[in-house]
Amino acid sequence: MDISTKTTDAPPPAPQPSLAEQKRNSRGATRPGDRIFLGLSRGSGILLLVIMAAIAVFLTYRASLAISKDHGNFLTTFEWNTNLTPPVFGIAVLAFGTIVSSVIAMVIAVPIAVAIALFLTHYAPRRLSGPIAYVIDLLAAVPSIVYGLWGALILVPHMTGLFGWLNDYLGWTGIFSWDSGAPRSMLTVGILLAIMILPIITNVSREVFRQVPQMHEEAALALGATRWEVVRMAVLPFGRSGVISASMLGLGRALGETMAVATVLSPDYVIHASLLNPGGGTFAQNIASKFGEATEQGRDALIASGLVLFVITLLVNGAARMIIARRKEYSGANA
Amino acid sequence: MSTAAVTDKRPSTLRGASLPKWSPWAIAGGSIVLAVAIGLIGGLHSKVEWGLIAAVLFLLGTYGVATMVEGRRQAKDRIATSLVWVAFLLAVIPLVSLIWVTVSRGVKVLNVYFLTHSMGVVADSEPGGGIYHAIIGSLEQVGLATVIGAPIGILTAIYLVEYGRGKLAKAVTFFVDVMTGIPSIVAGLFILSLMLIFQMQPFGFAGSLALAILMMPVVVRSTEEMLKLVPNELREASLALGVPKWRTILKVVLPTSIGGITTGVMLAIARIAGETAPVLLLVFGNPFINNNPFEGAQASLPLFIFQQYQQSAGASAAYDRAWAASLTLIAFVMILNLVARGIARWKAPKTGR
Repeated sequence: MDISTKTTDAPPPAPQPSLAEQKRNSRGATRPGDRIFLGLSRGSGILLLVIMAAIAVFLTYRASLAISKDHGNFLTTFEWNTNLTPPVFGIAVLAFGTIVSSVIAMVIAVPIAVAIALFLTHYAPRRLSGPIAYVIDLLAAVPSIVYGLWGALILVPHMTGLFGWLNDYLGWTGIFSWDSGAPRSMLTVGILLAIMILPIITNVSREVFRQVPQMHEEAALALGATRWEVVRMAVLPFGRSGVISASMLGLGRALGETMAVATVLSPDYVIHASLLNPGGGTFAQNIASKFGEATEQGRDALIASGLVLFVITLLVNGAARMIIARRKEYSGANA
Repeated sequence: MSTAAVTDKRPSTLRGASLPKWSPWAIAGGSIVLAVAIGLIGGLHSKVEWGLIAAVLFLLGTYGVATMVEGRRQAKDRIATSLVWVAFLLAVIPLVSLIWVTVSRGVKVLNVYFLTHSMGVVADSEPGGGIYHAIIGSLEQVGLATVIGAPIGILTAIYLVEYGRGKLAKAVTFFVDVMTGIPSIVAGLFILSLMLIFQMQPFGFAGSLALAILMMPVVVRSTEEMLKLVPNELREASLALGVPKWRTILKVVLPTSIGGITTGVMLAIARIAGETAPVLLLVFGNPFINNNPFEGAQASLPLFIFQQYQQSAGASAAYDRAWAASLTLIAFVMILNLVARGIARWKAPKTGR
């Protein structure tokens, strides 16, 4: 506002001082409006950084309070008795359960998600693929508690058939032996997590596959390649890093998923060799189920386990982002 | 004479031999019949096993027939095609089941009474009661979270796109990305650690703070994308007229991208509306109506679903309420999504013509 009135009023005969004045004006945000606005927007950027730092600091602080009182080994104790004096707790079972359930979810979800992404970009009739992609977008928005309710009331009863079958034919491996009890086990949790992370992996992979340069595909087709050979030689190599980062985003979701695991799993604080027998636990599930009965001491212990989860997801997500960033630089789509 | 014999042997076109279009259906039909036969003879009871046998037979049959007629490469192609279709159909089953079950069980108790009454004096195992208290809680918590999270997110995005150069902007970009992946329960634990330090009891606004933390990175990301779409010519034209930068942003950049920003904010609201974990830790749940988010425990829709499931010990009335609340929540989230996408399409920045 200032400058516009000034320039219109400024008489033309004296160009030198006005130019200098302009220079001073344009050097930075000297106008109060600009300064306030820059301050506000930069401030909120800094606030985000402060929040991240505060999360790390406060979680570490409360966690250190808890761990200093812990009479077990925080990493290796197979117990979670925080209300005892002195408290005894460790995250071994939780770390095991979290990793196992996420790995199961990844093993199931990644191939299927990649196949669906291929289906949407290369196989489905064009009229179908638009609406299906839209529906998958919407499914990504279904709240996790609804997946949890569905998993506990619908999926669990339907798992008995599969569990019996696995026990009959693969029970001798030990991993797939099933003694009895409701199938509220790590395998069911893994399958439910797979269903939950399917939409996000599919969405990201689809975006990547869509960016495959048309030229590559046409070149392969011109050489007489079948559709599968086009996919294998042009689409998948181009999309590999994208699929990896999509999977890691999905992994981040699976690691931190709380409510779906808390509703489906029937937890105990033991590591089971069998994936079919109920029991075990994950970081997030343990926090949700133990929170209600926890004293302040117990809450600190839960915060300590949350800190471990925080660090793990930071690492996974950071790695995924770095792969994406690297891919952007060397993307063939720009060439 | 010999040339005539050669042309007779050759097919009339340059294409190799190929299976007729109906062949996949024929193979599918054949393998289903065979699978039923095997199932009946072998005495397999589970229909799922029959289906699996049929699928395996179909794959083997396709591969065999295609190898014989078209060659190995075509056969592989056909296998890949059918596997991709199978993967798609496999994934559709749980997703369709989820929607179907939620709708069909949810409509049982979902009515005006359900939406306008609280659980007040109704025990979790009894029929009756409603979700009014949870809707109030959800609306207040999500509303407050939006009031905090959306402006900060939008301002940060403005900083990154309009001002951001150098180390600070890079750090903010990276940590926004990382923040997107924070599990919701960790955000809850962060606020919980503050509450433990200040010796506070659960209240609605604490949940809002955690939800705002979850919301900010989503808003930043989407707003950033939208601001980048605004053509630079518009900014330059405005600045060339002597308009200060902050007015350029407020009067030119933001109005141009307001549709996309609204969409992003609404999608973020849809995301946090379904978050349960932080609400469980910070707001705690309350069967009574509590209109004040700054004092005392509140309920919220996702938390209500969880507690109805968990605390009812299998009472079917509680499950019915949980499904009805799920349907309400899904409907809310889906409507937000659809409206947001509608706005995005309607207000899309007009590029080119």
